[in-house]
Amino acid sequence: MPRLFSGLIAGLLFGLGLAISQMISQQKVLSFLDIFGKWDPTLLFVMGGAVAVTALLSRVVLRRPRPLFERKFYLPDSSAIDRPLVVGSALFGIGWGLGGFCPGPGFASLALGRIEPWVFVATLVIGSQACKWLSSKPSAQHAGARDDQSAL
Amino acid sequence: MMQIPVSALIGGGLIGVSAILLLLFNGRIAGISGILNAALDPEETEGGWRLLFLSGLILGAGAYVWIRPDANPTPVAMPLWLLGIAGFLVGFGTRMGSGCTSGHGVCGLGRFSFRSLVATLVFMATGIATVLVVRHITGVV
Repeated sequence: MPRLFSGLIAGLLFGLGLAISQMISQQKVLSFLDIFGKWDPTLLFVMGGAVAVTALLSRVVLRRPRPLFERKFYLPDSSAIDRPLVVGSALFGIGWGLGGFCPGPGFASLALGRIEPWVFVATLVIGSQACKWLSSKPSAQHAGARDDQSAL
Repeated sequence: MMQIPVSALIGGGLIGVSAILLLLFNGRIAGISGILNAALDPEETEGGWRLLFLSGLILGAGAYVWIRPDANPTPVAMPLWLLGIAGFLVGFGTRMGSGCTSGHGVCGLGRFSFRSLVATLVFMATGIATVLVVRHITGVV
C-alpha cells in the first residue's frame, strides 16, 4: 500500500514539474534542439534543476541499506557502452527531434484534450513492442532490449 | 536577452524531487519509458505502483493546466503520420537503449552513470541533427 501511494505522489510531482517547466510543449522542446535557429535554452535549465537535485540527493539515499518500502534498490546493473545503447539512443533522438515529445511529456499530456499525445503514445507502445519482439527472436543480432532493467 | 527561466528551474527541481522520492520510497528509477514498458509487461507482477505513477503523471500535468489554462501548449502543426513515425522511433529507441530523457538524463546523470551520459549525448545530438534537417534543410515544419 505505501508503495502504491508513493508511486502516485512521485507521478503527480513529475507531471506537475513537466507542466510548470513547459516541457509538455512540443514547440519548447523543438526550439531547444534548434541550436542553428532561434535557440530556446529552457530545457537545459529544466534538466539542470532536476539533475542538481538527483546528483545531490541520490548518494544520500543510496547510502541507506534499503529503501523505505522495498527490500532493495532496483538499479540498472549494466555499465556497458554497447551498440544497443548507442543505436537505441540515436533512434530515440531522431523521434524526439521529429515530434518534440519524449515519453514523459507525451504521456503527461494525455488529458490535455488533444489528439497528438494519443497518437504519440500509441505509436510509442507499438515501437517498443516491435523492439521487444525483434530482440526476442534468436537470430536477432542487434537485439537490444534488457528485460532485467525494468526501471531504466 | 537570455534571462534565467525560474519556472524551468522550479519545474526541473520538482522532477528531481519526484525521482529522489521514488528512489527513497520504492528503490526505483523514475524512468518513464522503463516504467511504461514494465507496466505493459504481462509477466511483471508488481505493476500497481507503476500504473499509479503513470496516472499521477497525467493528473499532475492535467491539474496544473486546469488551474492555469494558458499553460496548455498549442500543438505544433505537423501531420499525424509524422508524429506517428516519431512515436514509433521513440518507443523503439528507448527500449533498445534502455532509457529516455528521464531515466538516462535526469536519474542516470544524477547517479554519475557514464552509460547514461553517453546515451544523453547521443540522443541530444541526433535530436539536434533531426531538427536541423527538418527545419533548415528541408524546411518542412
